[in-house]
Amino acid sequence: MTRQNLSIALTGSGGSGVMTTGSMLLEVAAQAGWYGFMGRSAGPQIRGGEAAALIRVSSEPIESPDDSFDLVLAIDPGSFGRFVAEIPLRSDSLIISDAEGGRRSSPLPDTPAQVLDLPMKKLTKTVKGGRPNMIALGAVAKVIGLPESTIYPILEKILKSKGADALEASWACVQVGYAAASDLPNFESPPINTDSATERWSITGNEAAGLGAVRGGVRFVAAYPITPATEVLEWLADALPKVGGVLVQAEDELASINQIIGGSFGGKPSLTATSGPGLALMAEAIGLSVCSEVPVVVLDVMRCGPSTGIATKSEQSDLNIATAGLHGDAPHLVLSPTSVTDCVFTTQWGVHLAEALQTAAIVLSDQSLGQTRAIINKPADIAFMAKRQVPQNFEEEYYRYAVGNSGVSPMAIPGQAGGQYTADGLEHNEAGAPSSLPEDHLAQLDKRERKINDFDYGKHWADLEGEGDTAVITWGSTTGPVREALSRFHGQGEAIRLIALRLLAPERPQEMAAALKGVKRLLVVEQSHSKQFYRYLRAAYDLPAEIRLFNRPGPLPFRPGEIIEQLADWSVES
Amino acid sequence: MTETTACALLQPKEYKSKVKPVWCPGCGDFGVLGSITKALSGLQIQPENAAIISGIGCSSRMPTYLRTYGFHGVHGRALALATGLKVARPELTVIATGGDGDGFSIGGNHFLHTCRRNPNMTYIVMDNQVYGMTKGQASPTTDPNWEKGKLTPGGTGINPFQPLVIALASGANFIARTSSSDSNGTARIIMEAIRHPGFSLVQVLSPCVTFRPEQRDWKNLVKPAQMEATTDPAQAARRLLTDEGLYTGILFRGDRPAYQPRPEPSIDNIAELDEEFRI
Repeated sequence: MTRQNLSIALTGSGGSGVMTTGSMLLEVAAQAGWYGFMGRSAGPQIRGGEAAALIRVSSEPIESPDDSFDLVLAIDPGSFGRFVAEIPLRSDSLIISDAEGGRRSSPLPDTPAQVLDLPMKKLTKTVKGGRPNMIALGAVAKVIGLPESTIYPILEKILKSKGADALEASWACVQVGYAAASDLPNFESPPINTDSATERWSITGNEAAGLGAVRGGVRFVAAYPITPATEVLEWLADALPKVGGVLVQAEDELASINQIIGGSFGGKPSLTATSGPGLALMAEAIGLSVCSEVPVVVLDVMRCGPSTGIATKSEQSDLNIATAGLHGDAPHLVLSPTSVTDCVFTTQWGVHLAEALQTAAIVLSDQSLGQTRAIINKPADIAFMAKRQVPQNFEEEYYRYAVGNSGVSPMAIPGQAGGQYTADGLEHNEAGAPSSLPEDHLAQLDKRERKINDFDYGKHWADLEGEGDTAVITWGSTTGPVREALSRFHGQGEAIRLIALRLLAPERPQEMAAALKGVKRLLVVEQSHSKQFYRYLRAAYDLPAEIRLFNRPGPLPFRPGEIIEQLADWSVES
Repeated sequence: MTETTACALLQPKEYKSKVKPVWCPGCGDFGVLGSITKALSGLQIQPENAAIISGIGCSSRMPTYLRTYGFHGVHGRALALATGLKVARPELTVIATGGDGDGFSIGGNHFLHTCRRNPNMTYIVMDNQVYGMTKGQASPTTDPNWEKGKLTPGGTGINPFQPLVIALASGANFIARTSSSDSNGTARIIMEAIRHPGFSLVQVLSPCVTFRPEQRDWKNLVKPAQMEATTDPAQAARRLLTDEGLYTGILFRGDRPAYQPRPEPSIDNIAELDEEFRI
């Protein structure tokens, strides 16, 4: 059977190197001309526990997990049991495992799949310094049809810091594994894409968000580490100095948000990245950014909440706090990327909007985007750059918070003579002096709301695709599975619309009315137990009468087939 | 005397804004406002090149009353705001101002870590051992037996925070204490603090005449420190641990290098960042 794509899971106990194996496999696949991605699933252990690399490769760009996996390589049988819910299998799926593998004697759990034994542990002993994960790499490469010769350059690249002996041992293991797998059934692999005209990238969502930030003009970042956002900050720590920017490791999230407000007050487009617990700590100061009209960008790589929740796993449950978590009336921007690729665009756009509108932008990524490495087409260069309105002359008396038509008032930068003002979280008058007068409060509230409500966000507020009187509405990382589900419907000649919101605040009632025109049935898809997105839509927009909700908490991802099931018994005739 | 220098010099009053302070008559903070304007004038810092950064509280209203750039942020975070500004714009003169509650209670963590990080800026704490804006609660520096605190009717019963000792232990590079009643002396010390590289802490004993009227006596009780400022942290520690909090002057001058990242751009075109992602 020729497949357009293959889904492969590698599982192992902690320290067995499955993540390294997965990364290498993805790179080998990339070199062979495939697209694909690798998601990570792991427990909270720093070292130890169980880990799974969840890979899908394809001859076309791809951004959703499939309904089930074709192949599992379990370095030890016990490790697979931990991931049964995350690795659905069919009767024609294949599990390659090692009955003797691992330290524990726990067997494979019951599974519909066909199980084949590969004595990886035993084979490892034939190579001095060998490791079972490299046997596994060779075996998987053989089974999915990747040429053996393509593996060595990747090993060389990834293992160069480990020394010549380690490289030699790994390569020997790969060859042993490759040879041993010749007795196993081989998959018909996706056609290899040899169109070399298209530049392809290997990038994680967290790196993509960092790149978008720098492209947008961010030059100051304050950082406090938190799973699963840390990689954004680590990437920026290396990249920023190259372009003359600075990253400071702060003492806590309260410091990081206030430091970036300080840096931005000084004229530098500024950003921090965090996850839910950090966003909660930052909420007060995000209100300061709104009230003082000092732009900042806060990237929240969401994980399961509440409280510490499941720090290593994905959920779309910070929508409430992002849109409505600030005290007082504090209009600000909330954006969300709809794919790994889109992390570049949406973060860059967020920087542009925050700077243009002198307000706070919260960008909601999540663990499943941030920590997934994807093989994608090079993201398009876009023109959205930080461009703050700065006063050019001070011949007349300067009013920092002048209530103009657009609501955006030119912002003086320290060093500009004649532009001195005090930025303030106290309500203020047009000059910036504290004021408790009702008319000043009303005028400034109006100004801060008008500037973001009246702005022309163009077509980027949402991804609108397809037509028909049935629509699926979603946001963020669930867009991938929805998009694939709809493309399968499209393959069957049925038209269903996709509405994937990129801009969650401010609300866009006119644009939404146009997007929903003619829609009779609307399916809402979100990864939140308390229906945060559904409630948000109900509060913000006029929706069609017939609505279905498909929601569940993290960490299990949505799969295209599940979305198709939700739609299947609805009439889809137009 | 040449004509040019005579008219170019900025007088202290030219650093004051038109906004009228909210402080009570007799508040020590008026004196500190005067001292800051004298210090800025003494150093002839152009108003547009200085930024006064604060949190919340009576003394945190300071930026509004000055004609420099200013930021009146949220409670306890003045040093974080100021650090961000200084790191992003090292050429500016950055001064954080605030009170004992803002700086040592809600802002305590930033106080420790800003001393430790040692950015080249000055922190002026107007210490009156009380929360004034919320009308009379005990602060971290309040005496344990003060019984008029409305949240601690029998006294706090806990030892006061010792800001200068903590600052020294955390790595502050310049530590001084002054009294708001000595406007010129405070101005001189603020000038020294601004000139000294790294993080400079100036504790100003600044009476709250409304909730701690007994502090009016401070002007009679403060006394100049007997010794020159030490550069030896061990000696400074002994001195700070044994003084009863009323000696004024520069107590410690360190020589740690200030924290200031100065990145050297290494790529001409941002597109060069794309390289690492190319297959």
